[in-house]
Amino acid sequence: MTEADGRPTAQFINIGERTNVTGSAAFKKLIVDGKYAEAVEVARQQVQNGAQIIDVNMDEGLLDSKAAMRTFLRLIAAEPDIARVPVMIDSSKWEVIEEGLKNVQGKAIINSISMKEGEAPFLEHARKALSYGAAVVVMAFDEQGQADTAERKFEISKRAYELLTGIGFPAEDIIFDPNIFAVATGIEEHNNYAVDFFEGVRRIKQNLPGAHTSGGLSNVSFSFRGNEAVRRAMHSVFLYHGVKAGLDMAIVNAGQLDIYDNIEPELRERAEDVILNRRPDATERLLEIAERYRGQKGVAQVKDMSWREKPVKDRLAHALVNGITEFIVEDTEEARLASERPLHVIEGPLMDGMNIVGDLFGSGKMFLPQVVKSARVMKAAVAHLLPFMEEEKVRLGLQDTSNGKIVMATVKGDVHDIGKNIVGVVLQCNGYTVIDLGVMVPAEKILEAAETENADMIGLSGLITPSLDEMVYFASEMQRLGLKKPLLIGGATTSPVHTAVKIEPKLQSAPVVHVLDASRAVGVVSTLMNEETRGPFWEETKQKYQRVRDTRSGGPAKARVELARARELAHKPDWAAYTPPKPSFLGAREITGFDLATLARYIDWTPYFAGWELVGRFPMILEDDKVGEAARNLWTDTQAMMQSLIGEDWLRPRGVAGFWPANSDGDDIVVWTDETRRTERARFLALRQQMEKSNEKGQFALSDFIAPIGAGADYIGGFAVTAGHGEKEKAAEFAVKGDDYSSIMVKALADRFAEAFAEALHERVRRELWGYAPDEALSGEDLISEKYRGIRPAPGYPSQPDHTEKQTLFSLLDATAHTGIDLTSSFAMTPPASVSGLYLSHPEAVYFAVGRIEKDQVEDYARRKGWDVATAERWLAPILNY
Amino acid sequence: MTRADRIAALKKAAKERILILDGSWGVMIQRRGLDEADFRAERFKDHPGQLKGNNDILCLTRPDIIEDLHNRYFAAGADISETNTFSATVIAQDDYHLDAEAVRDINLAGARIARKVADEWTAKEPDKPRFAAGSIGPLNKMLSMSSDVNDPGARLVDFDQVYQAYRDQIRALNEGGVDLYLIETITDTLNCKAAIKAIMDLEAEGLEKLPIWISGTITDRSGRTLSGQTAEAFWNSVKHAKPFAIGFNCALGADLMRPHIAEMARVADTLVAAYPNAGLPNEMGQYDEQPHETAHAVEGWAKEGLVNILGGCCGTTPEHIRCIADGVKSVKPRVAGERAKALRLSGLEPFELA
Repeated sequence: MTEADGRPTAQFINIGERTNVTGSAAFKKLIVDGKYAEAVEVARQQVQNGAQIIDVNMDEGLLDSKAAMRTFLRLIAAEPDIARVPVMIDSSKWEVIEEGLKNVQGKAIINSISMKEGEAPFLEHARKALSYGAAVVVMAFDEQGQADTAERKFEISKRAYELLTGIGFPAEDIIFDPNIFAVATGIEEHNNYAVDFFEGVRRIKQNLPGAHTSGGLSNVSFSFRGNEAVRRAMHSVFLYHGVKAGLDMAIVNAGQLDIYDNIEPELRERAEDVILNRRPDATERLLEIAERYRGQKGVAQVKDMSWREKPVKDRLAHALVNGITEFIVEDTEEARLASERPLHVIEGPLMDGMNIVGDLFGSGKMFLPQVVKSARVMKAAVAHLLPFMEEEKVRLGLQDTSNGKIVMATVKGDVHDIGKNIVGVVLQCNGYTVIDLGVMVPAEKILEAAETENADMIGLSGLITPSLDEMVYFASEMQRLGLKKPLLIGGATTSPVHTAVKIEPKLQSAPVVHVLDASRAVGVVSTLMNEETRGPFWEETKQKYQRVRDTRSGGPAKARVELARARELAHKPDWAAYTPPKPSFLGAREITGFDLATLARYIDWTPYFAGWELVGRFPMILEDDKVGEAARNLWTDTQAMMQSLIGEDWLRPRGVAGFWPANSDGDDIVVWTDETRRTERARFLALRQQMEKSNEKGQFALSDFIAPIGAGADYIGGFAVTAGHGEKEKAAEFAVKGDDYSSIMVKALADRFAEAFAEALHERVRRELWGYAPDEALSGEDLISEKYRGIRPAPGYPSQPDHTEKQTLFSLLDATAHTGIDLTSSFAMTPPASVSGLYLSHPEAVYFAVGRIEKDQVEDYARRKGWDVATAERWLAPILNY
Repeated sequence: MTRADRIAALKKAAKERILILDGSWGVMIQRRGLDEADFRAERFKDHPGQLKGNNDILCLTRPDIIEDLHNRYFAAGADISETNTFSATVIAQDDYHLDAEAVRDINLAGARIARKVADEWTAKEPDKPRFAAGSIGPLNKMLSMSSDVNDPGARLVDFDQVYQAYRDQIRALNEGGVDLYLIETITDTLNCKAAIKAIMDLEAEGLEKLPIWISGTITDRSGRTLSGQTAEAFWNSVKHAKPFAIGFNCALGADLMRPHIAEMARVADTLVAAYPNAGLPNEMGQYDEQPHETAHAVEGWAKEGLVNILGGCCGTTPEHIRCIADGVKSVKPRVAGERAKALRLSGLEPFELA
């Protein structure tokens, strides 16, 4: 705290100066050369180094300063880690300042306006500042010139203050810059400049209420250009005294400010003599020693390693909480040597550390990626202890102990396991033994493992809708066998409602609980493991699910439209006025030319973070108050993996796309063998919406967007892409090393690459392969929000919820041969990081959800499919309205 | 009553009670099941391209419907009804190829219809005067966000174009007789700043000064506007307009909007307004939240002293507005706290220096 006004010095504001072409030669060169991407990095560094505002100046003769200001401000607007701070728009030309104001959404500071050309232009600029909503820096500059004495600095500021407040300019939005000039220039009149500045600041702060003060720091040391150490010492000394006088902010090289007390005493004293003009020979004395410091930079930034000094127990906890594997083996070994038994290391310091992690996670202070990283450290420690424990076990004949044992599996027909793996890791972190049976596990195998392993409970996971049915079947099997082990249900398509309505009624012998996400898993499992809490929890859950069932059966049935009526209300584009575009080729072709680096640009990162239970839109999530730190760390780790993943080709994307002559025939889409359109090659079946719609839109089916037979030469396309080749091996490689964090990351990234591949291929289809939108130019954001013409609906998703339609698609594309993607018994694609779908090109084609359908349509669909009604009901189970 | 009288009455009413804004227009118009001919009428019968879906043009082609909607919302208890001019700028109407003259006519007509209906209600119920707010929507083109994935600096419009488009709209709304401006559903603060500048400049040139209500949109659980600002950063960016009211609308239902309204109530030294959606849309894109549910949520805010103006956005109906109005009838409006003066700036996040 300074004594004068009780203001904490921590309130001093650093304004980053490096994005200023007049102050930084390096930045100027980047801008003049048009290297804006690198120039943006300079801004990022400034913010990272602690700049709370960044000063942007493009005043350079070689430049179109207006254009440079506009371009640069627009570019940094796209970088949340820069754009989070306000901008100081710095120029001596008003037109450049105004261009800047037209390109910042936040409230900026104008640097600067002055009465150099009189009061009229000064007030005109101030009024404009008011209408743009900006604060202003006012230079101590009037018709007579720049103020150099304390008296003039104050008098000019006072006059400006009165003029500004007179037109309603808020005093708190006025920042005076009483001119920092170079000292130690060898010219005697310059020696008192710093002292005059301090005095000017003091009088402004005392007499002009609300106003703030600022200055451009680097000017003061101008005569020591090339001698960084001396300049930095002068800057620190200047600021030290400036802040005492009431200086609120200064334009500085953030990250290059030394702490006053850390400056070498001799240098500090001589710099102080110069700044404070304490003796006539101050300049000579500073020059005398200056040469000694030439070439020295500041103090190098070092990692904080002080935690290494602590006792081993604390070091282990620190490593676990912060996910640091670097020293874990040596620390674990040290702890082992100090313990009676290796198991004590696990039960003692390691579990203590994991308990801290668990508490932090439970209270929302740690997030999933960090916990998974902690687990990696834990596993490394345990891996080190295992051989010793084995040896001990043999020697003493001991049994394993754990909090409980859970058998987990992704159900038959389903291959998705990221969520299940995450839950597994979190449970392991909490001392549970997890037997992971993997993916596509038949019910019998899971039941058998649960028995032979003597598991305490069973966890089922699934991502595609047919898995829901498999879970229902599993529950009925458990009931039949009279199993008493609790059943946990999780995965993307599962829900409390489905669990309550479909699964729980099948199983009375044991509790069934839907687990929303990994963070809930531990709570549920520990409650169920505890003899005392298990009964009440089961009862409570049963009642909850009963209420869900009651609400559903008691609620008003949503009005449905009969199938015949729905067909009358179909969406009917004006086919007479429409000529369908013709694709550039017919038949299926393998797709090449998309490497990982290309695909990476199409990745939508928001779902990736969601996969780690970090919710928020990318890139804003990186700055989120709550999860921002976790997101940033995950992002850093992800970027690192992306480098290796792309550089070493961990994944091998493969894809196929095809186009065929097609016409709709009622709710079917007929695919013809050739352009004569006489011989039918295949048929896609569509499902039609039967909900009563309150808007004027029709009752959609996909077939509505294809010209009916006789109404024109229309086409349909299809595709299957995968980024999953190589994923499994790589993930296993990490898993074996106990690195679940990286293992899960590889899988999550492969999923993103597959989605990106589908997005990129769809773009190529629109622009080239089908070619109906050759000039389309959409931003990533627009791609993500699907603002293009045409759709790519996937069988099994809301527009056609029947997964079995993939069979037709795969056989037309010969997809397995072209891409190596197989279909499971539930028509899930494997490798799981795969995407397939149809292409429809009609401008009115939209994604929609079929929603629930009535028995009349199910019967009709069964007839068209050649199924019996029971089979149709099984595949359409998730959308039956009865 | 002159407009000055009405503005005084508005300010007086805001001190006495929680004011009620109307609800959604889109849903209500959609329910009419209008066809292309309704949107065209005689004036646009030969206009190229589709006009169906251009709700604003109904001010000219089906003024009866617009009048009826104002009536229904006023009847439901709204104090303020918005003109049907959300997208009536040359930039937003470019999708329908409407020229500046047609756009100006929409704003004039929209303002006059709202003016007329409000005056009729005020005459009928002098104790509860009704007001017309000139709706100034966001644009389909943004000044702070890139239009091209490969070029973060790309923009489809610049500040001057946005400024001019809003300026024309504001002038016409003012001329048509609105009592206040409502700059709403702001996704990009820089667009909003262009509208504010247009208002301030027009007033400096002599246009009658009207209260300004600014309503941003927090797009999702990230708690930010689409252009990335937090609630307080948004307030710092627009408070130079000295708005009559500030708040949020759209995108979120009442439950998810609450923390952002509470934050605004903390930082803003003016009236706080909120008009959430009727919950989040279901998988069919429809809003299921029932009138009493929405009303219950916002009634809670009123009782906590967070708000001065309440209404509804997407999915809300006259019934929602009736429930909200009934629920807060006797609740005292928020009284803004005093906040110490400080230099308050913003990027995406707020900055403060005492």
